Amino acid sequence: MSNNTTNERSRRYLNPYLGGVLLGLVLLAANFVSGRGLGASGAVKSVVATSIETVNKDAVETMPFMKEYAGTHSGSPMKSWLVFEMLGVLVGGFLSGAVAGRLKLKVEHSPKITSKRRLVFALAGGILFGLGSQLGRGCTSGSALSGMAVLSMGGFITMMAIFGTAFALAYFFRRNWI
Amino acid sequence: MGPLAPNEIISENTNFLLAFFIGIAFGWVLESSGFSSSRKLAGIFYGYDTVVLKVFFTGAITAMLGLLFMSLFGWVDLDLVYVNPTYLTSAIVGGVIMGAGFIMGGFCPGTSFCGAAIGKIDAMVFIVGLFIGVYGFAFTYPWWEKMYMAKYLGEPKVSEKLGMSDGLFGLLLIVAALGMFIVAEWAEKKWPREEY
Repeated sequence: MSNNTTNERSRRYLNPYLGGVLLGLVLLAANFVSGRGLGASGAVKSVVATSIETVNKDAVETMPFMKEYAGTHSGSPMKSWLVFEMLGVLVGGFLSGAVAGRLKLKVEHSPKITSKRRLVFALAGGILFGLGSQLGRGCTSGSALSGMAVLSMGGFITMMAIFGTAFALAYFFRRNWI
Repeated sequence: MGPLAPNEIISENTNFLLAFFIGIAFGWVLESSGFSSSRKLAGIFYGYDTVVLKVFFTGAITAMLGLLFMSLFGWVDLDLVYVNPTYLTSAIVGGVIMGAGFIMGGFCPGTSFCGAAIGKIDAMVFIVGLFIGVYGFAFTYPWWEKMYMAKYLGEPKVSEKLGMSDGLFGLLLIVAALGMFIVAEWAEKKWPREEY
């Protein structure tokens, strides 16, 4: 890589260590304000629970998933901390992209694969991540990152399982990325 | 003093408003670190871009140290801070499924929302997948329930389990992270990529 591209990249993105410190301060603020860390999949779960409740009022009594959800979340599912937080993420991501000139409707993929292949894998990956995050009680944000900050053993285990599996499988999916 | 909401220093609605602002900061930091790009995220698994490792571990360590110091100064009561419970089986199996999703999809849930916010269609499709996955879990929950509830260990701290103080564990984690950062910097030089 030429020096030129390195410079261009460092202008485009934050220094990763600085980004990490800022991310840590945001996570610290979340814990200080709400007593809980950050999350992402939990917001999806709230939307899913709300939609199920809207379609079927009795779901809380009849569906074990909804019973479990109601047992661990009080009040209306949409009135959830993580839903408001994730709405903020959309705004914050958009603002950062706008300032840096990165707003563009596109499918990002390696030149070696087609857009269609990229999208098929994105869908499959999303389905697996959605399922896994429910089983693992949180995703990379809520379980791994936030769990690690409070030294949760489960957080460390989930983090190692996520990254360990992705590393172990990287060889089989290399054509998609390199 | 802290945490504010559990101590009822702020109202529920203020807490939700602050959630929105914290979310904006979260989204801003993720996007400006490059987490809206699946090819940057996937770089960690091939060595050509290790931004995930650097941001993730620096973030976890910063927050961990912040909480330890704030507790030391009496600014936050750690007993009121949520510690994720440990269900050993589902933590591992869920993590393995998520890891497979990560290498296939190139995003995790938080980063996919960031990507979608700046117009990445692959991120939007990933989010559609997330919803399908969560609905799938919701409707097949009875199949998973036994595994979901298996090997519940309470809310142990990893430092407790290893028989050391939080501070010592924190120090070891920092040393481990520094070691990984050195390897990461080396890997990026060894497997460089053109602009993507």
